[in-house]
Parts: sequence; structure tokens; C-alpha cells
Amino acid sequence: MEKVTKIVVMAKQVPDTRNVGKDAMTPEGTVNRAALAAIFNPEDLNALEMALQMRDRLGNARVEVLTMGPQRAADVIREAMFRGADGGYLLSGKEFAGSDTLATSYALSCALRKINPDIIVAGRQAIDGDTAQVGPQVAEKLNLPQVTYAEELVDIKEGEVTIKRRLERGAEVVVSPLPAVITVNSSAKECRPRNAKRVMKFKYALATSELSVAEDKAKAFIAERPYLHIVEFAAADVNPDPEQLGLSGSPTKVKKIENVVFQAKEAKSLSADDKDIEALMQELIASHTLG
Amino acid sequence: MANFYLDNKDLQYHLSHPLMKRIIELKERNFADRSEYDYAPQDVEDAMDSYRRVLEIVGDVCGEVIAANAESVDHEGPRVVNDHVEYASGTVRNIEALNEAGLGGMTLPRRFGGLNMPVTCFAMANEMVARADAGFENIWGLQDCAETINEFATEDIKARFLPRVSAGETCAMDLTEPDAGSDLGAVMLKASWDEEAGVWRLNGCKRFITNGDGDISLVLARTEDGTKDARGLSMLIYDKRDGGVIVRRIENKLGIKGSPTCELVFNNAPATLVGDRKMGLIKYVMSLMNAARLGISAQSTGLAEAAYREALKYAQEREQFGKPIIQFAAVSEMLKNMEAKTLASRALLYETARFVDIYKQLNHISNERSLEGEERQEMKFYNRLADGFTPLAKMFGSEFANEVAYDSIQIHGGSGYMKDYACERLYRDARILNIYEGTTQLQVVAAINHVTKGTYLEQILRYEEQELNENTSALGAELKELRKRYEEVVARVEALDKEAQGYKDFHSRRLVEVAGYIIMSHIMLRQATEMEEYLNPTKIFVKYASRKIAEAVSCINASETSDVELYK
Repeated sequence: MEKVTKIVVMAKQVPDTRNVGKDAMTPEGTVNRAALAAIFNPEDLNALEMALQMRDRLGNARVEVLTMGPQRAADVIREAMFRGADGGYLLSGKEFAGSDTLATSYALSCALRKINPDIIVAGRQAIDGDTAQVGPQVAEKLNLPQVTYAEELVDIKEGEVTIKRRLERGAEVVVSPLPAVITVNSSAKECRPRNAKRVMKFKYALATSELSVAEDKAKAFIAERPYLHIVEFAAADVNPDPEQLGLSGSPTKVKKIENVVFQAKEAKSLSADDKDIEALMQELIASHTLG
Repeated sequence: MANFYLDNKDLQYHLSHPLMKRIIELKERNFADRSEYDYAPQDVEDAMDSYRRVLEIVGDVCGEVIAANAESVDHEGPRVVNDHVEYASGTVRNIEALNEAGLGGMTLPRRFGGLNMPVTCFAMANEMVARADAGFENIWGLQDCAETINEFATEDIKARFLPRVSAGETCAMDLTEPDAGSDLGAVMLKASWDEEAGVWRLNGCKRFITNGDGDISLVLARTEDGTKDARGLSMLIYDKRDGGVIVRRIENKLGIKGSPTCELVFNNAPATLVGDRKMGLIKYVMSLMNAARLGISAQSTGLAEAAYREALKYAQEREQFGKPIIQFAAVSEMLKNMEAKTLASRALLYETARFVDIYKQLNHISNERSLEGEERQEMKFYNRLADGFTPLAKMFGSEFANEVAYDSIQIHGGSGYMKDYACERLYRDARILNIYEGTTQLQVVAAINHVTKGTYLEQILRYEEQELNENTSALGAELKELRKRYEEVVARVEALDKEAQGYKDFHSRRLVEVAGYIIMSHIMLRQATEMEEYLNPTKIFVKYASRKIAEAVSCINASETSDVELYK
């Protein structure tokens, strides 16, 4: 039998910071997670779509999602399965709590060593931290080539991928050997919607810790259908150095968070003649508001 | 993140109707599919959960993709390129998104790749698609042609075509010709048997064919040489892959501009016969038309929903004389009536869809085994209700959609007359709803039999048995009075029709309307009894219905037999 190409998408469950209300921050200045819906990080959905396109083109491939987070992060894996992923891994445990990008990429790279994928795809960055560091750090830790700012899958074949990158002043097409890490921009193709049959097929999928507290009926149901069992890794399963996990592995310390409240402080009125408008344009360009 | 299912509580309410349990039982037949298909439900609750989830997907695609493309599709429209239709680019993206979501073959059995969902859920999907883009609903909703193939074709033909519909190929129903519109018995497209090739050959023209260049077309054609009426017509399938049909032109229409309305030329096009010869119009097209009419009432409800929401949003945002215009009585009354009509239209639509579901499923079962005595009774009962309610749903839904779209522009004022707001597109799109798949006048012809044979009265009396509460009992009493008025005018018209032939015909629309208003009021009343949110819209609808009934009743009571001649 031909080898199945294993594509892993790194995805993150994030608070929906796109529609922030006034209760989005706690009085202490941290994110009030209870007030924000937990969603699939938007660029990770672009990454999932690119991974699914790779599978569509290769034929003999599997797309799996890897996420690190609390038990409810299994929702991200189910969502990915509804949209086309074949399965997933939840990396979960209190050891991972408080991870910054360094500890996160370390934990993910430990899990990836165990999974041993042929291709790793991730969103460029998550909307909660906006660092864009985790993908590249994972590539470094696994000693793999990385293609960042990916916008389009141009071609993929055995051992090689061709990607169009969206850069500040243009686009670039690069060829990379595989395995590699690819991080995907929001300008890439939007993720396909949930598929009706897949939703009906995978709606009862559970991760190991969810399954352990499920009703007997659900346990029996999933026992007969292994594809409904989402693999869950605890820290010990991925053989990490405990010092590099969670808070102890995170050199980043948040010193202070400030709530920025935008307020119109000044108003300016100008006439509709060309001179005034030209002057305003110059002013806006000089202050880098435009251009 | 618009989701047209999650943002519509009324739609969700209708999915939870108690009759759904019976529909699922009939649709799933002991849940036998669960051993064979990993997406088949385990039990009633599981099936309901799946329906909700699938409708949520539809709501997502409608809110995020189809609605966003509606304006550009309206501007761009389809074109004819090398004798075939090229859709607007937005239409192509809509089809792609729906196919990725796996929403082809929604009602078809799983063995043909379908989702095996009830007609009621398909109507809900159609409603949401129409709310997003009414013109696109024409293309997507035509998958109900596959239902007709599933009902009447042999297993071979089903296996050949239905999986393709499930995979997302589009359909068309080729009925109308230049000289055969409402009078389909006059269809002349010729089908002749080609002995050598072992296929039927089609020659002639069709006109006004929605999505005429679809992948799979059901064609009404004359197989019986020398005949001139309905008895010489048969139903055939034309497969676009075989070739032989060209699109001569696409009509330039007032609305639903994204939907290609084609003139077709058949030139020795090969075709496959469905069912028995000579039964084309009498049996198969009637079934097809009933499904299509239900589709139009879903399309109408979706359009009314869109027009109402546009108007509500504008009225809340637009300020005049220092306050939002919704605070002016003249505007808020219009909005309340628009809301009530939209809710009533939806209530009638899904009541009808449930009747159709039960009847259709029992009919399918009867093809596999003989029905028990009780099941036979049940099938007969729901068949009659489905036949009676379908023309009502089509007629009221489409007329209400026009009224709501008209008022939506009115609320937008001068801005509504500009191309800047969606309401002008909705208004143009609405205008076809009470014309195609049988005009309102033809729905009356189908419905009047149920006035005289008592289908409506019997059902109204059944509704009167419903338990009411302290909020709704007064309305219930009012509806009983209206029912008495209905019985009186029916009696008057029938008596006078014996004196002057044509008198009943003259008043038929008024009689059907009186029955329809009472029926919609009762369904709304049931909802208001179950959920207090429906109480005010129901009160408003009953007031509206009472006015319309009073007008019809006074017209009939003041009408002498001489009117028949007067209006000739």
C-alpha cells in the first residue's frame, strides 16, 4: 500500500475579539473570556482549507488537527472534522497552563514528534495574542523549513510543495522540500463550510477526557466507531522536559495591560475647496494616518 | 457572522412541531439505515438534532455567501456563450459553497447519496436561500425535480440520475412553450422513438424555462402522434451530457435576474421516458407542480422575511423630525402588518409542508408494501389536506411577499426607489412569485374544489377543537364567528350558482380568500397559545384577516346573479 501523506493543521481556540463589547476586559485588565465566544482562530481556518486542498490534490492523504488547550478546545477539532478533517489530537493538561509562545511551540513540537507528520500547516497568527511566533518556532524546534505568509497552494507532489506567499510589496512563489511548516494568511482562500454528511457523522466525536465522563450509552456508541474518538495527549504522553512547559517554560511576563479607549478629542472643520482638502491630505500623510 | 437559521426564532419554532415525530418515523422506517450509513440517525431525537445542524449549515452559507453575492448577481446576470448558459460569477460561487456543504439531494434516500430529510426541512432551506437571493433559489430549489424522479422512475433511472443531484448537479423542468403556458395540455414538443438507438428523440422548442441549461431536465413532450390534448403527453429526462439542446436566448426580466430563463431548441435530443406514456401531464407534472408550488411559497416567505428586515432596519436607523421613523404610527403600523403577514405566510407554508411529508412518505411506503388499514386512512387524510393547502400556501405566500416588498420600499421613502438599497431588488424579484408555477388566479381554480368539497371547513372545525388559554380564547371565539360568515357565503354562492351558471366562478377567489384567512388565523392562534411571543402578531393578523373577510363577505352579499353578465 502506498504511504498516506499525513498533514497536520495546528489550530487554536481563541476568544472572539472581533466583536468586542464593553465587558470584554476584566477590571484587572485581563481578557474576560466568559464574555467572549470561543471560536476557531480565523487564520487557522484558512490553514485548514489549504491542508484540505493538499489532500484533494494528493488523494492519498489524511488531514488531522492538533490543538492545545482545555477540554473544551476539542470543539475546534470537531469543527475541523465537520469541514473536512479526518481526525485530531487534543493536547491538554494543567502543565500547559500559562504558556507563552515559547512554551506553546515547545509543547506542540513534542506532540508533533510523536505524530510525525509529513506537512504542518498553521494560521499565521491567533487573534488573541497576534504574535505570529508559534508556527515559526515550531519549525525551528523540529528543524524543518518554513514557508510563512502563504496565500495559495500552487502545487504539491511527493516531497515538495509550491506556495505563493503574500508579502508587503508583492507576491513570491517558493518551492519547499517536505516535511515543512507552512503558515497561512487570511488572504488565502476561505475555509469551506461545514458539510452536512460530515456533521451528522462526526457530531458525537469526543476527546478521551470528555469520553471518560460521558454516559454509558455514548461510550458504547463510540467504542463501535473508533473514528469518533479524538486522541488526547496529556503532558506525559509527549515526553517533554517539564521545565519547558507552562508558566515555568514561559519567559514572557505581562507587566501591565492598559485599556485603550478611543475618544474624539478634537474636531476640525474645513471648506470643500481643493486647497483645504489638499492640506488635510498632506497632514494625514505626514501623520502616517494615510499612505 | 450572519446565520439565517440561528437568527430566525420563528423558523426554529416550526422545526419543533409535534408532527415532526411522525414524519421522522415515516422517513426513517425503524432507523434501518443506521447500520449502513454512518450519517444516518439512531432515533427521533438524533434525527431532529441532525436536521437542526444541517439547517444551521444552510443558514451559514446563506448569510455569509449567498446574501453577499445577491447584488452582484442581480447586476451581472447569466449570459449565453456558445449556445449554453454561463452563470453570473456570484452564482457559480453560491453553487460551489452549497455543494461543498453537501446540500444536494436533501430529501433523497441515502442509497442515492441524499440526506433523506423531510420536505419540511427542504422548504426551510429554500426559504433561507430565497431570503439571501430569491433568484438563486430558483436554481437551487429545482432539485425537487429529483423528488419526482424518485417517485415515478424505475430503479435503474433513479440510480443513473439521483446520485448526480445529490452531488450537486442542477435540474430544470421543461414544461412551458410559446403556445402552452397555463394550458399545458397544448404542449407540442415532439418525442419520437428511435428504434435503432433505443432512445426517445426530442424535437421542438420550449420557452421560459428556468435554469433551462441545467444538468438534468424533466421534459413534458408529446409521445403520441396525432394527439392534441393532455392525454398524448409523457414525461422524459434529458441529460445535458448527451447534447442536442441549445439555449437560443435568455429572457431579459424585471426581477430574479440571476436565474437564467431560457428559450430552448431541441434538435434530436436523446431522452429517457419516466413512468408510463400518456401520464406526463395528468400524473407526473401535477406532482412536480405541487412540489414546485410549495417551493414558491418557501421562496415567497423568504423574500418577505428579507423585505421586512430591510424595512425594520431602515425604520430604526432613519431619523426625521428628530426621531427614528419607526416611532411614527404610520410607519410602525405598516411594519407590524408586514411582520404579521410574514409570520402567517410561514405558518401556512410549514403546516402545508408537514401534510405533504406525511402523505408523500406513506405513498413511498405503499410502493414497497401494502399499507395497513389505518395507514391507508392516514394517507388519504393527509393527501387531501396537502392538495387543499398547497394552492393556498402558494397564493397567500406570493401575494403577501408582494405586499411586504411594496411596503418595504414605501418605508424607505425616496431612498427605496433608488438602486442603493436591497428593497428595490426584492420588489422586482417578488413580482414573479404570484405569476409562475400557476398564477394566483390558477391557484384559486385548484383551491375552489376544496371550498365546495369541504376540505377547508372540516379542517377549520378541527382547528376549533384546539385548546386555547385565557390570552387566546377571545380570538378563538372571533374565528368561530368568521367561520359562520364563511359557511353563509359559501351557501349563498352555491345556491345562486344554480340560478346563474358562472356565479361561483365569479366569486371563487373571494371564497378561497375567506377560507385561507381563517385557516392562517387558526394556525397563528395555535402558536400564540403555545408561545406568548406570538400573541401580538396573532392579534394583528386576526384584525387584518377580519377586515379582508368583511370586505369579501360584503362584496358577495351585495352581488346579484346579474354580476356574472356585468363583468363579462
